Amino acid sequence: MKRLFIALLLVFPLLSSCTKKENEILIGEYDSLTGSDATFGLSSNKGVRLAIDEVNNSGGIKGKKIALITLDDQGKNEEAAAAVTRLITQNNVVAVIGGVASGRSKAAAPIAQTHKIPFVSPASTNPDVTKIGDYVFRVCFIDPFQGLVMAKFASENLKLKKVAVLRDVKNDYSVGLADVFVKEFKKAGGTIVADLSYQAGDIDFKAQLTQIRAQSPDGIYIPGYYTEVGLIAQQAKQLGIKAPLMGGDGWDSDKLFEIGKDAVNGNYYSNHYTTESTDPAVTEFIKKFKAKHNETPDALAALGYDAAKILLAAIEKSPDLSGAAIRAELANTKDFPGVTGKISMNENRDAVKSAAIIQVDGVNRKFITTVAP
Amino acid sequence: MQDFIQHLINGISLGSIYALIALGYTMVYGILKMINFAHADVYMVGAFAAYYVARLMGADLQPGIGTLILLLVVAMFCCSLLGVAIERLAYRPLRRSPKLNVLITAIGVSLFLQYGGQLVFGADPKVFPEVMQDFVLFELAGVQLKSFDVTVLIVSIIAMLGLQFIIYQTKLGKAMRSVSANASVASLLGVNPDRIITMTFVIGSALAGVGSVLVGMKYPKIDPLMGMMIGLKAFVAAVLGGIGSVGGAVLGALIMGLSEEMVVAYLSSTYRDAFAFGILILILIFRPAGLLGKYTTEKV
Repeated sequence: MKRLFIALLLVFPLLSSCTKKENEILIGEYDSLTGSDATFGLSSNKGVRLAIDEVNNSGGIKGKKIALITLDDQGKNEEAAAAVTRLITQNNVVAVIGGVASGRSKAAAPIAQTHKIPFVSPASTNPDVTKIGDYVFRVCFIDPFQGLVMAKFASENLKLKKVAVLRDVKNDYSVGLADVFVKEFKKAGGTIVADLSYQAGDIDFKAQLTQIRAQSPDGIYIPGYYTEVGLIAQQAKQLGIKAPLMGGDGWDSDKLFEIGKDAVNGNYYSNHYTTESTDPAVTEFIKKFKAKHNETPDALAALGYDAAKILLAAIEKSPDLSGAAIRAELANTKDFPGVTGKISMNENRDAVKSAAIIQVDGVNRKFITTVAP
Repeated sequence: MQDFIQHLINGISLGSIYALIALGYTMVYGILKMINFAHADVYMVGAFAAYYVARLMGADLQPGIGTLILLLVVAMFCCSLLGVAIERLAYRPLRRSPKLNVLITAIGVSLFLQYGGQLVFGADPKVFPEVMQDFVLFELAGVQLKSFDVTVLIVSIIAMLGLQFIIYQTKLGKAMRSVSANASVASLLGVNPDRIITMTFVIGSALAGVGSVLVGMKYPKIDPLMGMMIGLKAFVAAVLGGIGSVGGAVLGALIMGLSEEMVVAYLSSTYRDAFAFGILILILIFRPAGLLGKYTTEKV
C-alpha cells in the first residue's frame, strides 16, 4: 500500500507537468498534512487554498489561473526537502509556499535557493530560516520580536517599572524571547528585578516564585509553553502574587485555562493575530474562511493565507514569471494589508508587522491592542 | 526571614512527595538488590487511573476528604496490580540471571510504560481534577501554610509510619527482613520468598499510588512522562539516604526537596539540579553507603 502510494506520488507530478496548460501559473506548497503536527499543516494549507480561490474567482493573474500543487512532508525534514525538489524540478512551479515548522524550512529552503525559486514560509519563526539566502522569505515575525513587543506593552501600556523574568532554559524559543525582553525593557527605562529559570517538565516553581515575590515586581514575564505556565500561574496565585503575568504565543492553547484555572485570567500574551479584531480585512477573512472550511481560522490559517496573498501580489506585479523577478517584487513588499497585520519585508526578508496582545479570559482570548514594531 | 520560612515549607512539602516514591525504590532494593526503574512509571499510571475514575464520576465528584480517600484507594489498587504484574511477568523469570539483566529489563519496562502511556493516554498533558480545595490554614507574618502542604505532609507521614509498622511489628515484616538478609536461608525456615517479594511490590507500588494522587492534587497537570524526573530525584534521594533503609529514604528525600528549594532561593535557579546532584556526589564520596545505609562486609 505504502509502495503504491509512493509510486503514485512519483507518477502524479509527472502527469501533471505533462498536462500543464499554458494559461496556468503553478505554485507549489508542502506542509505536514499527516504526522504529529498535522493540525498546523492542515490549518496553514486551508488558508493558502482560500487565498488562491479568491484570486482565481476574481479572474486570476495576468489572465492566467493559479494552480496549486500541495505535497505532504509527513512532519519529516527529509520529506520536506524531497517535496521541494520535486515541486521545482518536475512540476516547474514558479514559487514555493513552505511549511510551518522552522526545522523543515531549514531543510527545504536551501533547495529553493539553489534553484533560484522564491520560497515563502508562513510560520517559521526561527531567526535562522531567512538567513539561508535571498530567495527565502517569511510572513510571520521572528521569535525575538515577541520579546520586544511585550517589553513595549509592559512599559508603555501597563506602565510597569520593575519586572521579573522566568524563562525555560531548555527551550531556545523561551530563552530568545526572554533575552530580547530584558534588553528592550531596560532600554525603555525599566528594571529587571529577577531573572530566574525553570526547565520544561518541572512541576514545582514555588522556589522561583517565592524568590520573585521577595522583589515585589509589578509584572512577571514567562515566555514558556502553556503546560508549565498554567502551573506557574496557579502557584503564583497561591503565594499571593498579584502582579500580571506576560508571555508569548506559546501560551495560545485552551489547555492553559484548564490547567491554570482562574489563576491565568487577566494575564497577557503576544500572538500573531486575533479573531476579535475589528479590522475589516480580518472580519472578511474569517467570514470567507468559515464559509469555505466551516471552522474558525486559527493563527496558522491566517499566516498561510497571508503567505499566499503576498506571493500572489508579487507575481501580479512582477514583469515576468522568472524567479528573480518575483523575488525582487517580494522583497519590495511594503505595508501589505494582511490578515495578521500590515506586512513589510525588511532587508533580512523577515516580515515587519505588528503583534496582537491578548488577555486571557477563561477559554476566550480577549484582544487588547496591537503593538507595532 | 519570612522568605526563608516560606522556602522551608515549600522544600519540606516537595521532599515529602519525593519520600513516598523513594520508599518504593528502597523497599524493592532492600529485598531484591535490584533497582526497579519502572517504579516511577507505575506512579504515572496511578495518576492516570485516578484521573479516569474521577472523570467517570463526573458531576458526582465533590472536592473533599472523601474524594481524596477514594482516589487514593483507586490509585493504590491500580499501582499494586501493575507492580505485581511487572514483577510476575518481567522480573521473576530473570530471578536467577545476572543482576544486570534485571536492571536492563527494568529500564525496558519503564520505557514501555512511558511510550505505551503516550499511545493510550495521548501525549498531551491532562488536567487532574480538583480533589480538595486549597485554602490557607494560617498565616503568620506573611508566611502562609496551605492545606495542601499539610495534607501532603500528613498523608506521607501516615504512609511512612504504616510502612515502619509493617516492617518491624508484623509477621510479614519479619519475613521481609529475613528474605532481605538471606533469601535461601529464609526459604529453609518456611518463608516463601516469591510471596514476600510480591507483597513488597504491592506495598511499594501502593506508596507510589499515594504519591501520584498527592502530586496530581498539588500540581494538576499529568502526562505520560511525568514519572521521569520525579523518579530520578526520588531514586537519588533513596541512594542519598542509604538505599535499603526506610528512614534513609525519607531523610534523603527531605534533603533533596530542601536543597533544591534553597539552591533556587539563594544560589541559582539554572543550576538547581546540578547542585542537588552535586550534593549526592559529595555525600557518596564521604559515606558510600548513604547517610543511614549499613556498611556490610562483602563475603567471599
